[in-house]
Amino acid sequence: MRKYSVFAVAREAMRGHRGWEAQWTSPEPRKEYDVIIIGAGGHGLGTAYYLAKEHGITNIAVLEKGWLGGGNTGRNTTIIRSNYLYDESAGIYDHALKLWDGLSQDLNYNVMYSARGVMMLSHNIHDQQVFKRHIHANRLNGIDNEWLTPEQAKEFCPPLDISRTARYPINGAALQRRGGTARHDAVAWGYARAAADRGVHIIQNCEVTGIRRNPDGSVAGVDTNRGQINAKKVGVVAAGHTSVLMEMAGVRMPLVSYPLQALVSEPIKPIFPCVVMSNTVHAYISQSDKGELVIGAGTDQYSSYSQTGGLQIITHTLDAICELFPIFRRMKMMRSWGGIVDVTPDRSPILAKTPVPGLYVNCGWGTGGFKATPGSANVFAHTIANDAPHKINAPFTLERFRSGRLIDEAAAAAVAH
Amino acid sequence: MLLIYCPYCEEERSELEFRQAGDAHIARPTNMTEMTDEDFEAFFFLRDNVKGLTFERWRHLNGCGRFFNAARDTVSDKFLTTYKAGLPRPDLSTLRPATEAIVETYEATESDAK
Amino acid sequence: MSGANRIPGAGRLTPAKTARFFFDGKSYAALEGDTVASALLANGVHLVGRSFKYHRPRGIVSAGAEEPNALIGVERDAARKQPNVRATVQDVFDGMKVISQNRWPSLAFDVGAVNNLLAPFFAAGFYYKTFMWPKQAWKHVYEPQIRAAAGLGVSPTEDDTDHYSSRYAHCDVLVIGAGVAGLSAALAAAKTGARVIICDEQPEVGGALHYDKSVTVDGQDGFTWAQGTAAKLAKMDNVTVLPRTTAFGYYAQNFVGLNERVTEHLAKPDRKLPRERLWQVRAKRVIIATGAIERHMVFANNDRPGIMLASAARTFLNHFGVAVGKKIGVYTANDSAYEAAFDLKRAGITVAAIVDSREKPGEGVLAEARSLGIEVLTGHGVVNTSGKLRVSSMSVARNGGGAVRKIAIDALLVSAGWTPSVHMFSQSRGKVAYDNETQRFLPGTYAQDCLSVGACNGTNDLQATIEESLAAGELMSNASGFTASEKLALQGSNAFAWTGGMAGAAEGAGADTTVKAFIDFQNDVCAKDIRLAVREGMHSIEHIKRFTTNGMATDQGKLSNIHGLAIAAETLGREIPKVGLTTFRAPYTPVTFGTLINHSRGELFDPTRKTPMHALEEAQGAVFEDVGQWKRAWYYPRAGEDMHQAVNRECKTVRDVAGIFDASTLGKIEVVGPDAAQFLNLIYTNSWDTLKPGRCRYGIMLREDGFVYDDGVVGRMAEDRFHVTTTTGGAARVMNHMEDYLQTEFPHLNVWLTSATEQWAVIAVQGPKAREIIAPLVEGIDLSNEAFPHMSVREGKICGVPTRLFRMSFTGETGFEVNVPADFGPAVWAAIWAQAEPMGACAYGTEAMHILRAEKGYIIVGQDTDGTVTPDDASLGWAVGKKKTDFVGIRGLRRPDLVADGRKQLVGLLTKDPKVVLEEGAQIVADPNQALPMTMIGHVTSAYWSENCGRSIALALVAGGKAKIGQTLYVPMPDRTIAVEVSDMVFFDKEGGRING
Repeated sequence: MRKYSVFAVAREAMRGHRGWEAQWTSPEPRKEYDVIIIGAGGHGLGTAYYLAKEHGITNIAVLEKGWLGGGNTGRNTTIIRSNYLYDESAGIYDHALKLWDGLSQDLNYNVMYSARGVMMLSHNIHDQQVFKRHIHANRLNGIDNEWLTPEQAKEFCPPLDISRTARYPINGAALQRRGGTARHDAVAWGYARAAADRGVHIIQNCEVTGIRRNPDGSVAGVDTNRGQINAKKVGVVAAGHTSVLMEMAGVRMPLVSYPLQALVSEPIKPIFPCVVMSNTVHAYISQSDKGELVIGAGTDQYSSYSQTGGLQIITHTLDAICELFPIFRRMKMMRSWGGIVDVTPDRSPILAKTPVPGLYVNCGWGTGGFKATPGSANVFAHTIANDAPHKINAPFTLERFRSGRLIDEAAAAAVAH
Repeated sequence: MLLIYCPYCEEERSELEFRQAGDAHIARPTNMTEMTDEDFEAFFFLRDNVKGLTFERWRHLNGCGRFFNAARDTVSDKFLTTYKAGLPRPDLSTLRPATEAIVETYEATESDAK
Repeated sequence: MSGANRIPGAGRLTPAKTARFFFDGKSYAALEGDTVASALLANGVHLVGRSFKYHRPRGIVSAGAEEPNALIGVERDAARKQPNVRATVQDVFDGMKVISQNRWPSLAFDVGAVNNLLAPFFAAGFYYKTFMWPKQAWKHVYEPQIRAAAGLGVSPTEDDTDHYSSRYAHCDVLVIGAGVAGLSAALAAAKTGARVIICDEQPEVGGALHYDKSVTVDGQDGFTWAQGTAAKLAKMDNVTVLPRTTAFGYYAQNFVGLNERVTEHLAKPDRKLPRERLWQVRAKRVIIATGAIERHMVFANNDRPGIMLASAARTFLNHFGVAVGKKIGVYTANDSAYEAAFDLKRAGITVAAIVDSREKPGEGVLAEARSLGIEVLTGHGVVNTSGKLRVSSMSVARNGGGAVRKIAIDALLVSAGWTPSVHMFSQSRGKVAYDNETQRFLPGTYAQDCLSVGACNGTNDLQATIEESLAAGELMSNASGFTASEKLALQGSNAFAWTGGMAGAAEGAGADTTVKAFIDFQNDVCAKDIRLAVREGMHSIEHIKRFTTNGMATDQGKLSNIHGLAIAAETLGREIPKVGLTTFRAPYTPVTFGTLINHSRGELFDPTRKTPMHALEEAQGAVFEDVGQWKRAWYYPRAGEDMHQAVNRECKTVRDVAGIFDASTLGKIEVVGPDAAQFLNLIYTNSWDTLKPGRCRYGIMLREDGFVYDDGVVGRMAEDRFHVTTTTGGAARVMNHMEDYLQTEFPHLNVWLTSATEQWAVIAVQGPKAREIIAPLVEGIDLSNEAFPHMSVREGKICGVPTRLFRMSFTGETGFEVNVPADFGPAVWAAIWAQAEPMGACAYGTEAMHILRAEKGYIIVGQDTDGTVTPDDASLGWAVGKKKTDFVGIRGLRRPDLVADGRKQLVGLLTKDPKVVLEEGAQIVADPNQALPMTMIGHVTSAYWSENCGRSIALALVAGGKAKIGQTLYVPMPDRTIAVEVSDMVFFDKEGGRING
C-alpha cells in the first residue's frame, strides 16, 4: 500500500493524479477462508482489519450484499460520544473513543474525527437528575462529561435558544468535549483499504443466502449468490439484517428492525460549532465539514426493512430543531434518507458468541452504532480470534435476556444514541 | 405516513391515530410460573423480526382504542389485511399480494446492477 | 427600461409593469414576472456566483428548479434573510435585495479563487489522504479552514418572523406537473367528476410551453392553451389547481408532500398570509407528469458565465423577452438546441455557429438552420472556451482532432439531450429500467398506484404525450370509481421531432486527467474526478458519488447524475445499467424547515397541560415546573423568599399546621366490572380480593420483565369499582398497558377501563390541621379517625359538590385527597384555602411534596427507581402477593439475576456533616481512595435539605444496601469526598404515628 500524505498528494498533483492505486480490490472469492465476516460496514470491515492487524489472521473474506459502507455506516449522522451511564457501556464506548483519537494515523486515512463536543440538553429536573447521574458516573470512570448552565451552553453553541419562554426551556446541559463527529464514508473506506492491504478479501455484491453447519452443529461456511464459501468461523455484522441472517443458522434474536431517518440542510457557512442532542424534544444536530446541518431523530414506530419512513417523523424532528434553534426556520431541507436499525430490548448491543459454535454476532446497536465502530470492531475481532470475548464485550451476551442481567441504558436514562 | 384500516371502525385512517404494539399471535402463557428461563426468554425477548410478511399488533389509540392485528409486508410496508384481535391468522392465499412483485428498496437495484 | 437585452415584442411580460431590485448593492430594473435570473440577464449580468470548491466565476445555467450555479441570497429584512435561493425560480419584486454568495471581497474579485490555481492538489477525495500530521492540527488548523471554505450562503441569525401554514388534502387523482401532459391528464380526470389536485412548481402552468413557442394545442398557441385550461380547471368544483407548488416527496400509500410558495414573489406580502404552505395529500391515484430536464455538454471549461442550457436561453427569450447574448454559439448533441438558435436568430441575435458533436443531426432542424443561414458544424466539438467573468470565445475542432477554430461569442447554448424526471416515480419506490435505445432511465416496475406520462415517461412526441395523458387521466379516475360520459380528444402540433442526445464527456473533454470539464457545477466535480474515483477502486456508483460529491449539491444532481454515471460506465468498461443509479431521495427541491414545521412552534409545538386550579395557583404566586406536558406548581415564594426559603417554609408549615397541594396531574383510571378485582390481581403485584369497599391500598405494577413500572393508591369504591391512581408521567402508558392486557390477554374478564385523569381535580390537604380545615366543607362523611381511618375512601359532598374523598398521605401527616369533578376544582380549592389560610396553613408545591415524602421514605417511581429496579430492591417486597400464581411480571421477577445477591437496593443516606446536601445522581463508592476507574456501588436518587429534620437527607440505590445500614460509604465529588452513613429510609416520625392523627 502506498502511503497517503501531503507529499503523495503533491506528487500526484503534478501528474494528474494518475498514480493513485485502488484503495481496495474486488477479488473473486476463494473456496475457503479462516474467517468470514458478513457485512462490510464499519464494524465488519474494522473487525477484519483488527483480526489481521492484532491477531495475525489475514485469510478473511468480508461479504457484502451491496456496496461496502452502504448500510448504516453511510447513512448515520456520525455522532461520537462515550458518556454512557453503565460501566459496561462506558467501557466499550470509551474504548471506541480512544481508538477514534488516532484512527486516521492508524489507518493512514483521514477519517476526520472532529472532537467538536457533544452537548445534551436538559429541559427539566428529571433530565437534570439523569444527566448528573451520568456525569458523576462518567467522572469516576475517567470519562469526561460536564454540566453546563444554560448560559454556558449558549456560549458553547451560540445558535441555541435559552430563553425561559420557550415551550421546553433549557435548564442546563451535559457536555462531553471529546465527543464529536467523523466522516462516515472515510471510516468504511479507511478500514477497507487497510484491511485489503493486509490481505483481506472484500467481496461486494455477494449476498449470503445460507449458513452451512457441520454435523456437530458448528459452522462450516456460507452459501452465497456467488457460490459456497467455507470457513470455520463466521461473524455476522449485518445491523438491520441480523435477524434474517441468524435465522439461517436457526438462531432467533432479541431484535426488532426499525426505519431511522435523517436529513441534511443546504450547505451554509460555519454557524454550528458542536453536536447538540435533546432527548426531551427528540432531535440531534451538527454541521458537516461541507456546511450542511445534519439532523436526525427517533425511529418510525413500526418494524420495517424499507429504508424509508414517514414524513411526519421528519417534520416532527424539525419542529424540535427549530424550537431549539429558531434561527434555522428559513433553512431548507436538501436531502432526507432512511436506514434500518436493529434494536435490542435493553438498547445495548450484542457482541458475542452464539449457541452455534464458530458463529459470532455483533448487532443491536440501534440508533447509535457509528460511535462504537472502532471499539466494537476491535473487541469483536478479539472474540472471533480467541473464541472468547474480550473483557470489554463480555457483558454484551445473548444470554443476558435469559438471566435478566441487562445493560439497560434506556430504562436507566431514557437516553438514546 | 401509513394508511391503516381499523377493523373495528371499519375505516382507513392515518398512521397518526395508531400505535404499533409489536408482534401478533404471541399468547401470554397461562403457566407463567412454571416456564423455564429459556421459554420466558423466547416468549418475551426473542422475535422473528421478519423481512417480508409479518403479523403485528396495532392499537387505534386516537380512535376507538382497540387493539387489532395486521398482516404487513416489512419490505414494501404494505398492509395485506387487518383483522380483529383474537381472530386466527388469515388465510393469506385468499389475499392479493402486497405488490405484484415486491419492490425492494431502491438501493437494492444498485446491487442488482452488478 | 428593464434591461438592455430585452427584445421588444418578445416574451410574455408586460413592459409597463416594472420593478427595481438591488444585486450586491447595485440597482437594476426588471419587469413584473421576471425571475432574478431573467432580470439580471436582461441587464447583461451573467456573473452571479462562485462555485463551492474552486470559487470559479459562475453564471446562470438553467431557467428552472434544476439550477446548480446561480444561487443567491435574498434579504427582506434582518430576520428574513434567505441563503441559497436559485435565481432562476425566485421572482423579482420591487425593492428586493439580492446578494451573491461564497465570495470575498467581491463577486468579480474573489480571493478564494486562488483555489482554482491550487486545483491540482484538490482532486476528488484529497482530504482523505492528508491533513493527518501533526495529529492535533486537524482540529485546530485544517478542519476550521476546510469548514470556512465550505458552505455557500450564510445562515439567518434571527428568528424567522414569517409564518407558515399546513393542509391535509384527499383526492382521487393527484397530478404532479402542469405541462401539456399534466394538464391533459387533469382535464380528462376532472371530466369524470373525480376530485383532482394538479400542482406545478412554476408560477404559471405550461412547463415546456414556456420556451417551446412552436407548439399549438387545440388550435391555440400552446402556452395560451395551457393558461386557458388551467383557468377552466380552476373553475371546476372538483379541481384544485396549485401553481408555485412543488411535489417534493412521495411517501408510502400515495402520500405526497407539496410545498406551496404563497408570498415569496410579493414585494409587500400581507402579513396575514403564510409565506409557504405544506400540503400533505393522500391520493387514490397519482399521475406523474414531471417532464424532463435538459443536460449540459461536458467539455473543457464548460462552466463560464454565459454558458447555459439551450432550453433556458429559449425560455429567457420566449417567456421573458431577454436575449442571453448578442453573438451566441451553440454546442449540442441533440436537435432541441437548434430551435433555441432559430428563435434567437429570428429575434435578431447573431448565431455564430451551431457545433454538433453528431455527424447526422435531425434533417428537419438541419434544413431549417441552413434556410436561416446559420453555420452548422457537424461532427465537431467545442474543445475549450475563454473569458474570465463571461465566456468570450469557443474553440471548435473536428471530432478526433485537427485545426482549432476560435469563434468569438458572448453566450454558448448547450444541450446533451434530456433526462426524464423520474424522481417522483423512484421516490414512490418504483423501479426504473434503462432504455438502451434512447439511453435513458424510464419508469419500469410500479410499486404504488401511480402512472407516469409525457416526457418523464420517455414519451417525446407531442400528440403521443397528449393521448397518453388523456388516457391516464381517464384510467386513474376509473380506478378511483369515476367514469367520463365522453372521451376527450385534443390535437397538438409542434415544429420538429427531436433526435439525438448523449451522456458523459463530449469530444474535447478528452480522457485527460487535468482538464476541467464540469459535470456537477456547484460541487466542482469534473469528468476527471469520476475517472479518478474509478481508478481508486470506487466501482459502485454510490461510492463514486460519495467520493467525488457528484450530485450531492443543492440541485441533487439533476444535471450531473447521468453524466457521472456514463463516465463511470465508460471508465469501468461496463454498460450504464450495470453500474446502477444513485437513489432519488426526497425532497425533489429543497424545502424550508418553516414549511415543514408550519404551525408547530412555540406554544403549538407541544400542548401545555394545566390543572383546573392553575390560575388560582398562579395568583397565589406559584412558580411552575415542566413535568412532561404538564405545568405543575413547584413552590410558592412569598415576598423576599428565594426558592430554598419558600420550600423550607412550606415543608415546616405542612408538618406544623397543614398544607394544600394540587395533585390533579396524577393519572386516574376507573376500573369497573364484575371481574375488576381479578383484573387488578393480574395487573398489580398485590392482592385485591381482600380489599374492602371503602378502603385503599398502595399498589405496585410491573412489566412482564419484573421491573417496577408504576405505582399508586387504588381505592375500592364498590365491589365492582376501583379508583386507580398512577404517577403523573405514567398515566397514559399505564392506561395503554392495562388496555393491552385487558383486550388481548385477558379478554375473558368483564371489565371496563376509563381514563379519568382530567375528570377529577385533586386537592391534597395534609397536616395536623387537615381535618379541621376540610371538616366544615364536607357533608355526609364522618371524618373521625375511627370512622374514616388512614387508607380509606368515601363518597360524599364537599362545598356542595360530589367528592371522592381519600384518607391518604404522601407526607406522613394526617391527610386527605379531595377529588371533585374538574370544573369544580377552582371553587373547592378556593373554599379550602379560605379555611386553611387563617389557620396558618400554606399551599405547597412539588418541591416541598418531594421533600416531605422523602422524609418518610416514600419513593417516586422514575426518580428513586429507574426501570431496572424490582419491588424487593425498593423495599416494597411486602407489596408482592406471595400466594399469587399469576400477575404481570411474576415470571420476569424470578429470573436468576433478579433474585441474585448484591442487587442495588434502596436505602437512606445521612451525610456525616448534616449541613451537606448530596447531589442527586452522585455516585457512591466504598473506597474513596481508589484510582480511576472507580468501582461504583450505587447512586443518590433523591437528596434534600430537610427543614423538619434539621439536616440533609437522601435516598440511594446501593449494591447490597440493606446489609450496609450503619456503614460509612463515600460520595466522591470533583472537589471533595463526602462521607455518608447508610440508614433506613424513614427520616421523620419513624414510628409513623402522625399519619393516624
